[in-house]
Amino acid sequence: MAAEGKTIDALSQFELSPVLGVFGDAVSFSQSNLMMLVAVLITFLLMKLTADRGELVPGRLQALGEASYSFIAGMVRDQVGDEGKKYFPFVFSIFMFVLLGNLLGMVPYSFTFTSHIMVTLTLAIVVFLVVTCVALAIHGMHFFTYFFPEGAPKWLAPIIIPVEIISYFSRVVSLSVRLFANMVAGHVMLKVFATFVVLLGGLGAIGPFVAAMPLAVNVVLVGFEFLVAFLQAYVFAILTSIYLHDAVHLH
Amino acid sequence: MNERSDFEDRLRQARTRQGLDKRPAGRGSLPPGPWGIGLRAGVEVVSALVVGIGFGFVLDRWLGTWPWLFLVFFVLGSASGVLNVYRLFNPRKTPRAN
Repeated sequence: MAAEGKTIDALSQFELSPVLGVFGDAVSFSQSNLMMLVAVLITFLLMKLTADRGELVPGRLQALGEASYSFIAGMVRDQVGDEGKKYFPFVFSIFMFVLLGNLLGMVPYSFTFTSHIMVTLTLAIVVFLVVTCVALAIHGMHFFTYFFPEGAPKWLAPIIIPVEIISYFSRVVSLSVRLFANMVAGHVMLKVFATFVVLLGGLGAIGPFVAAMPLAVNVVLVGFEFLVAFLQAYVFAILTSIYLHDAVHLH
Repeated sequence: MNERSDFEDRLRQARTRQGLDKRPAGRGSLPPGPWGIGLRAGVEVVSALVVGIGFGFVLDRWLGTWPWLFLVFFVLGSASGVLNVYRLFNPRKTPRAN
Protein backbone atom coordinates (compact mmCIF):
# COMPACT_ATOMS: atom_id res chain seq x y z
CA MET A 1 0.00 0.00 0.00
CA ALA A 2 2.61 2.51 1.06
CA ALA A 3 5.87 1.68 -0.63
CA GLU A 4 4.81 0.22 -3.93
CA GLY A 5 7.56 0.80 -6.43
CA LYS A 6 9.56 2.80 -3.87
CA THR A 7 7.34 5.82 -4.06
CA ILE A 8 5.53 7.68 -1.34
CA ASP A 9 1.80 7.47 -1.85
CA ALA A 10 0.37 9.67 0.87
CA LEU A 11 -2.94 10.67 -0.70
CA SER A 12 -4.58 7.36 -1.55
CA GLN A 13 -5.75 7.10 2.05
CA PHE A 14 -8.32 9.78 1.30
CA GLU A 15 -9.90 7.96 -1.62
CA LEU A 16 -13.50 6.91 -1.30
CA SER A 17 -14.61 3.41 -2.10
CA PRO A 18 -18.01 1.79 -1.72
CA VAL A 19 -18.57 -0.47 1.25
CA LEU A 20 -21.23 -3.00 2.20
CA GLY A 21 -21.04 -4.89 -1.10
CA VAL A 22 -23.91 -4.66 -3.57
CA PHE A 23 -25.91 -2.24 -1.46
CA GLY A 24 -22.96 0.15 -1.16
CA ASP A 25 -22.34 0.02 -4.91
CA ALA A 26 -25.96 0.79 -5.68
CA VAL A 27 -26.21 3.97 -3.63
CA SER A 28 -22.50 4.94 -3.52
CA PHE A 29 -22.33 4.32 0.20
CA SER A 30 -18.65 4.96 0.91
CA GLN A 31 -16.54 4.31 3.98
CA SER A 32 -16.87 8.03 4.72
CA ASN A 33 -20.64 7.68 5.11
CA LEU A 34 -20.14 4.57 7.18
CA MET A 35 -17.83 6.44 9.57
CA MET A 36 -20.36 9.27 9.85
CA LEU A 37 -23.00 6.77 10.86
CA VAL A 38 -20.61 5.24 13.37
CA ALA A 39 -19.87 8.68 14.81
CA VAL A 40 -23.56 9.47 15.21
CA LEU A 41 -24.18 6.05 16.72
CA ILE A 42 -21.34 6.43 19.24
CA THR A 43 -22.57 9.87 20.27
CA PHE A 44 -26.11 8.56 20.66
CA LEU A 45 -25.06 5.53 22.71
CA LEU A 46 -22.75 7.59 24.92
CA MET A 47 -25.50 10.07 25.72
CA LYS A 48 -28.11 7.34 26.16
CA LEU A 49 -25.99 5.30 28.55
CA THR A 50 -25.04 8.45 30.45
CA ALA A 51 -28.62 9.58 30.84
CA ASP A 52 -30.10 6.15 31.53
CA ARG A 53 -27.95 5.23 34.49
CA GLY A 54 -27.59 8.63 36.12
CA GLU A 55 -25.75 7.32 39.15
CA LEU A 56 -24.73 9.69 41.89
CA VAL A 57 -21.14 8.54 41.66
CA PRO A 58 -20.55 8.30 37.92
CA GLY A 59 -18.76 5.37 36.42
CA ARG A 60 -16.23 5.79 33.64
CA LEU A 61 -18.72 5.96 30.81
CA GLN A 62 -21.05 8.29 32.65
CA ALA A 63 -18.14 10.52 33.63
CA LEU A 64 -17.13 10.73 29.98
CA GLY A 65 -20.64 11.66 28.88
CA GLU A 66 -21.08 14.20 31.65
CA ALA A 67 -17.65 15.71 31.03
CA SER A 68 -18.38 16.26 27.34
CA TYR A 69 -21.82 17.66 28.18
CA SER A 70 -20.59 20.13 30.77
CA PHE A 71 -17.60 21.09 28.64
CA ILE A 72 -19.81 22.30 25.80
CA ALA A 73 -22.50 23.64 28.14
CA GLY A 74 -19.87 25.77 29.88
CA MET A 75 -18.45 26.93 26.56
CA VAL A 76 -21.85 28.00 25.24
CA ARG A 77 -22.69 29.73 28.52
CA ASP A 78 -19.39 31.59 28.58
CA GLN A 79 -19.43 32.60 24.92
CA VAL A 80 -23.07 33.27 24.13
CA GLY A 81 -24.34 34.12 27.60
CA ASP A 82 -27.44 32.89 29.35
CA GLU A 83 -29.57 33.46 26.25
CA GLY A 84 -27.39 30.90 24.52
CA LYS A 85 -28.67 27.87 26.44
CA LYS A 86 -31.17 27.03 23.75
CA TYR A 87 -28.39 26.72 21.17
CA PHE A 88 -26.55 24.13 23.25
CA PRO A 89 -27.94 21.09 21.38
CA PHE A 90 -26.76 22.50 18.07
CA VAL A 91 -23.23 23.29 19.26
CA PHE A 92 -23.02 19.96 21.07
CA SER A 93 -24.04 17.98 17.99
CA ILE A 94 -21.53 19.81 15.83
CA PHE A 95 -18.79 19.30 18.39
CA MET A 96 -19.39 15.59 18.89
CA PHE A 97 -19.67 14.94 15.16
CA VAL A 98 -16.40 16.71 14.38
CA LEU A 99 -14.62 15.24 17.40
CA LEU A 100 -15.64 11.68 16.61
CA GLY A 101 -14.83 12.22 12.95
CA ASN A 102 -11.32 13.27 13.93
CA LEU A 103 -10.87 10.53 16.50
CA LEU A 104 -12.29 7.71 14.35
CA GLY A 105 -9.69 8.69 11.79
CA MET A 106 -7.00 7.74 14.28
CA VAL A 107 -8.20 4.13 14.38
CA PRO A 108 -6.08 2.02 12.01
CA TYR A 109 -7.85 1.03 8.76
CA SER A 110 -10.50 3.60 9.50
CA PHE A 111 -11.34 6.71 7.53
CA THR A 112 -11.25 10.38 8.50
CA PHE A 113 -14.37 11.95 7.06
CA THR A 114 -13.33 15.41 8.29
CA SER A 115 -10.40 15.23 5.85
CA HIS A 116 -12.73 15.97 2.93
CA ILE A 117 -13.36 19.62 2.15
CA MET A 118 -16.90 18.81 1.04
CA VAL A 119 -17.77 17.44 4.47
CA THR A 120 -16.25 20.33 6.42
CA LEU A 121 -17.70 22.85 3.98
CA THR A 122 -21.15 21.39 4.47
CA LEU A 123 -20.75 21.61 8.23
CA ALA A 124 -19.57 25.21 7.92
CA ILE A 125 -22.48 26.13 5.66
CA VAL A 126 -24.91 24.60 8.15
CA VAL A 127 -23.33 26.67 10.94
CA PHE A 128 -23.45 29.78 8.76
CA LEU A 129 -27.11 29.31 7.83
CA VAL A 130 -28.17 28.59 11.40
CA VAL A 131 -26.30 31.62 12.73
CA THR A 132 -27.75 33.91 10.05
CA CYS A 133 -31.28 32.59 10.61
CA VAL A 134 -30.93 33.07 14.38
CA ALA A 135 -29.76 36.64 13.85
CA LEU A 136 -32.61 37.36 11.42
CA ALA A 137 -35.18 35.78 13.73
CA ILE A 138 -34.04 37.79 16.74
CA HIS A 139 -33.30 41.13 15.15
CA GLY A 140 -35.29 41.12 11.93
CA MET A 141 -34.25 43.82 9.51
CA HIS A 142 -32.12 45.39 12.24
CA PHE A 143 -29.67 42.55 11.54
CA PHE A 144 -28.37 44.36 8.47
CA THR A 145 -26.92 47.15 10.61
CA TYR A 146 -24.34 44.52 11.49
CA PHE A 147 -22.62 45.35 8.23
CA PHE A 148 -22.25 49.02 9.05
CA PRO A 149 -20.73 49.79 12.46
CA GLU A 150 -22.31 52.67 14.32
CA GLY A 151 -20.42 55.92 14.31
CA ALA A 152 -18.55 55.32 11.07
CA PRO A 153 -18.70 58.23 8.63
CA LYS A 154 -21.53 57.88 6.12
CA TRP A 155 -19.40 58.49 3.05
CA LEU A 156 -17.34 55.40 3.89
CA ALA A 157 -20.41 53.15 3.53
CA PRO A 158 -19.67 52.04 -0.07
CA ILE A 159 -16.34 50.67 1.14
CA ILE A 160 -17.23 49.39 4.58
CA ILE A 161 -20.37 47.48 3.65
CA PRO A 162 -18.84 45.24 0.93
CA VAL A 163 -15.80 44.63 3.14
CA GLU A 164 -18.01 43.61 6.06
CA ILE A 165 -20.12 41.38 3.84
CA ILE A 166 -17.04 39.62 2.46
CA SER A 167 -15.72 39.26 5.98
CA TYR A 168 -19.04 37.73 7.03
CA PHE A 169 -18.99 35.21 4.20
CA SER A 170 -15.34 34.37 4.75
CA ARG A 171 -16.39 32.64 7.98
CA VAL A 172 -17.61 29.69 5.93
CA VAL A 173 -14.31 29.33 4.14
CA SER A 174 -12.08 29.81 7.16
CA LEU A 175 -14.15 27.47 9.32
CA SER A 176 -14.09 24.65 6.78
CA VAL A 177 -10.54 25.08 5.49
CA ARG A 178 -9.06 25.14 8.99
CA LEU A 179 -10.51 21.76 9.95
CA PHE A 180 -9.91 20.18 6.57
CA ALA A 181 -6.31 21.37 6.26
CA ASN A 182 -5.38 20.27 9.76
CA MET A 183 -6.74 16.78 9.29
CA VAL A 184 -5.23 16.29 5.83
CA ALA A 185 -1.81 17.63 6.86
CA GLY A 186 -1.66 15.39 9.91
CA HIS A 187 -2.62 12.24 8.09
CA VAL A 188 -0.29 12.94 5.18
CA MET A 189 2.61 13.40 7.60
CA LEU A 190 1.77 10.15 9.36
CA LYS A 191 1.70 8.31 6.06
CA VAL A 192 4.94 9.86 4.80
CA PHE A 193 6.89 8.91 7.90
CA ALA A 194 5.33 5.46 7.96
CA THR A 195 6.54 5.00 4.38
CA PHE A 196 10.02 6.09 5.45
CA VAL A 197 10.03 3.31 8.03
CA VAL A 198 9.28 0.73 5.35
CA LEU A 199 11.72 2.14 2.80
CA LEU A 200 14.61 2.53 5.25
CA GLY A 201 13.88 -0.81 6.87
CA GLY A 202 14.77 -2.55 3.64
CA LEU A 203 18.32 -1.17 3.55
CA GLY A 204 19.96 -4.41 4.62
CA ALA A 205 21.94 -4.67 7.85
CA ILE A 206 21.70 -1.07 8.99
CA GLY A 207 18.05 -0.81 7.90
CA PRO A 208 16.32 -1.49 11.21
CA PHE A 209 18.52 1.03 13.03
CA VAL A 210 17.94 3.84 10.56
CA ALA A 211 14.24 3.03 10.34
CA ALA A 212 13.92 3.56 14.08
CA MET A 213 14.19 7.31 13.56
CA PRO A 214 11.08 7.86 11.42
CA LEU A 215 9.33 5.33 13.64
CA ALA A 216 10.09 7.53 16.65
CA VAL A 217 8.83 10.56 14.74
CA ASN A 218 5.63 8.67 13.95
CA VAL A 219 5.07 7.78 17.59
CA VAL A 220 5.31 11.48 18.46
CA LEU A 221 3.07 12.39 15.53
CA VAL A 222 0.33 10.03 16.62
CA GLY A 223 0.21 11.75 19.99
CA PHE A 224 0.23 15.11 18.27
CA GLU A 225 -2.61 14.03 16.01
CA PHE A 226 -4.77 13.18 19.01
CA LEU A 227 -4.12 16.68 20.30
CA VAL A 228 -5.06 18.17 16.93
CA ALA A 229 -8.21 16.03 16.78
CA PHE A 230 -9.43 17.46 20.07
CA LEU A 231 -8.19 20.97 19.38
CA GLN A 232 -9.85 21.29 15.98
CA ALA A 233 -13.17 20.02 17.30
CA TYR A 234 -12.85 22.53 20.13
CA VAL A 235 -12.00 25.35 17.73
CA PHE A 236 -14.94 24.47 15.48
CA ALA A 237 -17.31 24.48 18.44
CA ILE A 238 -15.97 27.67 20.01
CA LEU A 239 -16.10 29.55 16.71
CA THR A 240 -19.69 28.38 16.28
CA SER A 241 -20.53 29.79 19.68
CA ILE A 242 -18.66 33.04 18.99
CA TYR A 243 -20.70 33.46 15.80
CA LEU A 244 -23.85 32.67 17.77
CA HIS A 245 -22.83 35.34 20.25
CA ASP A 246 -22.54 37.85 17.44
CA ALA A 247 -25.92 36.75 16.12
CA VAL A 248 -27.67 37.03 19.47
CA HIS A 249 -26.10 40.28 20.61
CA LEU A 250 -25.38 41.83 17.22
CA HIS A 251 -23.16 44.70 18.39
CA MET B 1 -17.41 36.49 59.50
CA ASN B 2 -15.13 34.61 57.21
CA GLU B 3 -17.55 31.74 56.96
CA ARG B 4 -20.34 34.12 56.05
CA SER B 5 -18.47 35.82 53.19
CA ASP B 6 -17.50 32.40 51.93
CA PHE B 7 -21.17 31.49 51.84
CA GLU B 8 -22.04 34.71 49.99
CA ASP B 9 -19.30 33.94 47.52
CA ARG B 10 -20.59 30.48 46.78
CA LEU B 11 -24.17 31.72 46.62
CA ARG B 12 -23.18 34.33 44.03
CA GLN B 13 -21.35 31.73 41.98
CA ALA B 14 -24.32 29.39 42.08
CA ARG B 15 -26.72 32.17 41.11
CA THR B 16 -24.53 33.17 38.19
CA ARG B 17 -24.29 29.57 37.08
CA GLN B 18 -28.06 29.21 37.04
CA GLY B 19 -28.52 32.45 35.15
CA LEU B 20 -30.24 34.33 38.01
CA ASP B 21 -27.54 37.00 38.12
CA LYS B 22 -25.97 38.71 35.17
CA ARG B 23 -22.64 37.13 34.57
CA PRO B 24 -19.66 39.43 34.29
CA ALA B 25 -19.01 40.57 30.77
CA GLY B 26 -16.12 39.06 28.98
CA ARG B 27 -15.62 36.94 25.99
CA GLY B 28 -13.34 34.00 25.82
CA SER B 29 -11.04 33.60 22.92
CA LEU B 30 -9.07 30.87 21.28
CA PRO B 31 -6.20 29.31 23.14
CA PRO B 32 -3.18 31.56 22.78
CA GLY B 33 0.17 30.52 21.44
CA PRO B 34 2.22 31.90 18.58
CA TRP B 35 1.51 29.00 16.22
CA GLY B 36 -2.19 29.02 16.83
CA ILE B 37 -2.50 32.75 16.27
CA GLY B 38 -0.24 32.70 13.25
CA LEU B 39 -2.09 29.88 11.53
CA ARG B 40 -5.46 31.38 12.36
CA ALA B 41 -4.48 34.79 10.98
CA GLY B 42 -3.23 33.15 7.79
CA VAL B 43 -6.45 31.21 7.30
CA GLU B 44 -8.52 34.35 7.93
CA VAL B 45 -6.65 36.42 5.33
CA VAL B 46 -6.73 33.70 2.69
CA SER B 47 -10.39 32.88 3.19
CA ALA B 48 -11.45 36.53 2.94
CA LEU B 49 -9.41 36.83 -0.24
CA VAL B 50 -10.98 33.67 -1.65
CA VAL B 51 -14.49 34.92 -0.93
CA GLY B 52 -13.70 38.33 -2.44
CA ILE B 53 -12.24 36.82 -5.60
CA GLY B 54 -15.16 34.41 -5.85
CA PHE B 55 -17.70 37.24 -5.55
CA GLY B 56 -15.89 39.28 -8.20
CA PHE B 57 -15.66 36.31 -10.54
CA VAL B 58 -19.32 35.41 -10.27
CA LEU B 59 -20.49 39.01 -10.63
CA ASP B 60 -18.27 39.45 -13.68
CA ARG B 61 -19.61 36.29 -15.29
CA TRP B 62 -23.13 37.50 -14.61
CA LEU B 63 -22.77 41.13 -15.69
CA GLY B 64 -20.13 40.62 -18.37
CA THR B 65 -17.80 43.24 -16.98
CA TRP B 66 -14.63 41.18 -16.81
CA PRO B 67 -12.17 42.09 -15.35
CA TRP B 68 -13.31 45.21 -13.53
CA LEU B 69 -15.46 43.82 -10.72
CA PHE B 70 -12.87 41.09 -10.21
CA LEU B 71 -10.23 43.75 -9.56
CA VAL B 72 -12.53 45.74 -7.26
CA PHE B 73 -13.47 42.69 -5.23
CA PHE B 74 -9.86 41.55 -5.06
CA VAL B 75 -9.04 44.80 -3.26
CA LEU B 76 -12.15 44.54 -1.08
CA GLY B 77 -11.28 40.93 -0.25
CA SER B 78 -7.80 41.88 0.90
CA ALA B 79 -9.28 44.71 2.96
CA SER B 80 -11.64 42.32 4.71
CA GLY B 81 -8.77 39.92 5.25
CA VAL B 82 -7.02 42.68 7.18
CA LEU B 83 -10.30 43.39 8.97
CA ASN B 84 -10.58 39.72 9.96
CA VAL B 85 -7.11 39.74 11.47
CA TYR B 86 -7.90 43.00 13.26
CA ARG B 87 -11.05 41.38 14.69
CA LEU B 88 -8.95 38.43 15.80
CA PHE B 89 -7.04 40.66 18.17
CA ASN B 90 -9.73 43.25 18.95
CA PRO B 91 -13.10 41.51 19.05
CA ARG B 92 -16.18 43.67 18.61
CA LYS B 93 -16.96 45.43 21.84
CA THR B 94 -20.18 44.06 23.19
CA PRO B 95 -22.13 46.00 25.79
CA ARG B 96 -23.31 42.85 27.56
CA ALA B 97 -25.26 44.43 30.41
CA ASN B 98 -27.97 46.38 28.65
